[in-house]
Amino acid sequence: MLDRRLAQNFDWPLLGITLVIILIGLLNLYSASASFRGAPTIFLKQCYWLLIGLSLMLIICMFDYRIFERLAYAIYIISVLLLILVLVMGEIRQGAQRWLEIGGFSLQPSELVKLSLVLALAKYFQDNWLPDGFRLRELIFPFLLMGIPAFLIILQPDLGSAVLLLFIAFSLLLFARIKLRSLANLAGSGLMVLPVFWFFLKDYQRRRLLSFLDPDRDPLGSGYHLIQSKIAVGSGEFLGKRFLQGTQTQLHFLPEQHTDFVFSVWAEEWGFLGSVIVLSLYLFLILWGLSIASRSKDRFGAILAVGISAILFCHVAVNIGMVVGFLPVVGVTLPLMSYGGSSLIITLIGVGLLLNISMRRYMF
Amino acid sequence: MAWLRQRDLVPHDPEEKGFRLRFRVAFGIITAIFALLVFRLWYLQLFQGAKFRQFSQENHLRTISIPAPRGMILDRKGRILADNRPSFDLYIIPEDIGDQKEVLGRLGKILKASPQELENRLKDAEAKGIPRFKQFKLRGGISWEELAKIEANLMDLPGIIVQVGPQRYYPHSNLASHLIGYLAEIDKEELRALGKSRFRRYQLGDLIGRYGVEEKTETYLRGEDGGKTVQVDALGRTLPVVLNEIESTPGKNIVLTIDLDLQAYTERIFAGKLGSVIAMDPQNGEVLAMLSNPSFNPGLFARDVSKQEWERLRNDPLDPLENKSIRGQYPPGSTYKLIVAAAAVEEEAIAPKSKLICKGSYRLGRRSYGCWRWGGHGAVNLYQALVQSCDVYFYQVGRRLGIDTLAEYAWGFGLGEPTGIDLSNEKAGLVPTSTWKLETTGEEWLAGETLSAAIGQSFNLVTPIQLLNAYCAVANGGKLMLPRVVQKIETVEGEVVKDFPSREIGALPASPETLDFLKKALAGVVSAPRGTGWAARIGGVSVAGKTGTAQVISQKVKSEEIPFELRDHAWFVAFSPVEEPEIAVVVLVEHGGHGGKAAAPIARKVIQKYFEIKAEKDAGPKISAKL
Repeated sequence: MLDRRLAQNFDWPLLGITLVIILIGLLNLYSASASFRGAPTIFLKQCYWLLIGLSLMLIICMFDYRIFERLAYAIYIISVLLLILVLVMGEIRQGAQRWLEIGGFSLQPSELVKLSLVLALAKYFQDNWLPDGFRLRELIFPFLLMGIPAFLIILQPDLGSAVLLLFIAFSLLLFARIKLRSLANLAGSGLMVLPVFWFFLKDYQRRRLLSFLDPDRDPLGSGYHLIQSKIAVGSGEFLGKRFLQGTQTQLHFLPEQHTDFVFSVWAEEWGFLGSVIVLSLYLFLILWGLSIASRSKDRFGAILAVGISAILFCHVAVNIGMVVGFLPVVGVTLPLMSYGGSSLIITLIGVGLLLNISMRRYMF
Repeated sequence: MAWLRQRDLVPHDPEEKGFRLRFRVAFGIITAIFALLVFRLWYLQLFQGAKFRQFSQENHLRTISIPAPRGMILDRKGRILADNRPSFDLYIIPEDIGDQKEVLGRLGKILKASPQELENRLKDAEAKGIPRFKQFKLRGGISWEELAKIEANLMDLPGIIVQVGPQRYYPHSNLASHLIGYLAEIDKEELRALGKSRFRRYQLGDLIGRYGVEEKTETYLRGEDGGKTVQVDALGRTLPVVLNEIESTPGKNIVLTIDLDLQAYTERIFAGKLGSVIAMDPQNGEVLAMLSNPSFNPGLFARDVSKQEWERLRNDPLDPLENKSIRGQYPPGSTYKLIVAAAAVEEEAIAPKSKLICKGSYRLGRRSYGCWRWGGHGAVNLYQALVQSCDVYFYQVGRRLGIDTLAEYAWGFGLGEPTGIDLSNEKAGLVPTSTWKLETTGEEWLAGETLSAAIGQSFNLVTPIQLLNAYCAVANGGKLMLPRVVQKIETVEGEVVKDFPSREIGALPASPETLDFLKKALAGVVSAPRGTGWAARIGGVSVAGKTGTAQVISQKVKSEEIPFELRDHAWFVAFSPVEEPEIAVVVLVEHGGHGGKAAAPIARKVIQKYFEIKAEKDAGPKISAKL
């Protein structure tokens, strides 16, 4: 299946940059978890997941990505079923029901559903392409595609992932061309819904939002996270405190330092310089993904590449925005760097799809 | 994989109108947002970096939780049964302690505890995963003397903080101790279980309700802890600057159905005796007083109860920690005849008017079953048999009914299963049946055992609350009510959060006429000539009741002549006034001897006191007007 021409067109820069971020992530995770009891477990587990993810990434490259066009709705339905399953029998951690225990592994279906949604929307927009742009009533089906999993995720409750889903769907919509007036209507009604939304928030979610607006409000809870994260990042100064020397990290001042707050560990130990390097790598990765989309001559491939880039961008922007105190504390991972199998594997599958679209761009 | 290729790809022109523009805009937005993040990093790491570096170097910020005051427990008139008093609690921040051995050694000397003991507490906290920079309670309620010594040596005790926090206080010490219950330090399993719940409000060293109302209403009583962020210097000493603080939210107040005056009076007259007394409003199931003797002082547990003290309470043969009112199981004795009588009328085993002869004993097979009255009662009808508590009459009626029919009625009166009172670990008692005996012992039910069962001995077991509830149902016209000790839950401001209305949980298997007859007979027990409950008579108020004597061992001699622990238990159940009962009382005196002598006078006094309190209340406004 991999003929010579495909091999020639293999997207080495994309693979290279992904591997660099992965290596940085591993290095950082080693430091973030060094002070934990059972530290090697976390690091080794991440390595196992990495191997699984990289293998899946390479396997995906071997097939023509259009196989996913055929399977898009099926994958989507399975993901939604998993979301329902997680509500019924998921494991509760820290007050939210997000994980499914399958044979010793914890799966987080809300990570999977982001990719499935992008696949389903890409298929829908390809099949129902309107050159002059969409009006609102033609968007009912895509809206349902996004709304059902978003609603299920809110029930978990995981507000962060639900909002992310909304962002991702919206960015696809912009590329699928929505009529300007429809866009204005959508934005208007969105603003109207916002206050209503407030009533649906769980207590702790409201507290988080409020403490984001005023971090001193709840020094023990999320406000405390924000303060400590800012201290960690800021105290890194220009060159950082060096590997394994971050006091905030090693003394456990940081909450969730190996998962959601993994970037503050990096910023503390590698300083402004290291942070800017990592940010540049992510920027490069995302823009590269978009350029793959812009060069693809297949509509499904183009939209899919936009969607994957959007997933990456939303994750990076929201996660780092949260770490530096721009955004409220929400459970959004930093792709390729945060500890966690679901996020890592799904991201690598996404990169695999990008590689796939990229190497087949001359086939048509 | 041929099917994959069947469909033509949908060609897409990258140069399509507006497409390029969209990408350019997206590139721009993304780059701009990244630039914003870089700018923020510059601001935090370079512009403010020195400040944050210093923050992190001296490490400095500690969060100290402010314990929330626990809700109060009040009697039905709002008088305090449990509240809080300030106490000095000792906290430790492991990260700041420095030389652990030395500091713990010094602390151990002051607290008269071994450094090993203190070290174990530290290890517990570590095992629980409490971060080293977070404080946790090493010991609650230290004495003035200890406080003075610690304050004087605070410079040599880095990482040690003394905080004023609320401590549980029971102003009436032993009063209603089984009802109020006590607190104890949360253990690891509980902590683990609660850690999974949404609000991890508990931490190591916290006290949690373990018994009685304290346990049953824990979720309401417990408030929400507040917290403050303080700065700690390089030597681990807390600086007096508070960076920010959120106040704690106090827990909810629990209003009980108990009347403090009646409870206190009942405990006074029952002092020195073993057993249980419960007073209840038969119309709605509200418990007005409930005591179990011996009792304990719940305040002991709020301080750090010492190991020896705890062991002493646990190993006391009289078991002061047991709430006999809901967990003591005793043969009901003659109080059970009420149920047999109901069964006899309903099943038409005998016409109430027809008489049976009692010659002082009843012969079945080769054995003779005696009546308590030597020489017998002569010819008695059902009314007389109840009033005089004639055993021989009930032997014969019981035999006609059979054990399984008796059991049906016992269940109907609420026996054999917990009443569902809002206190934990209530016992079910025991209603024997022929199948029950076969299953548990493998032996057939014997006819003679039916005779014993009919007068409330044999395998029958009831708790005082069950028996009282059965009599309450007769008093109120046949409704089994749910007994309750919690009336409502209020906020500190007095706003009602939760209300517990009276609830009917069943109906007696007896017609109104039968119940009427039973009530008359119970009134006769107290007021008729030769009634066994004459000791409960009150001038001016009608009282109905029934005596009972629960055999501890079968015996032929008088109770006073045998060792205390083998003497019979004395029962008396009563309600008053007979027509419209407002109060029902059960008295169980362990090893008290005969119910009419030992228990009935106590029930009488409780009922009298109830009416006294009621009269005072009615007269209340007049008195205050005089003042």
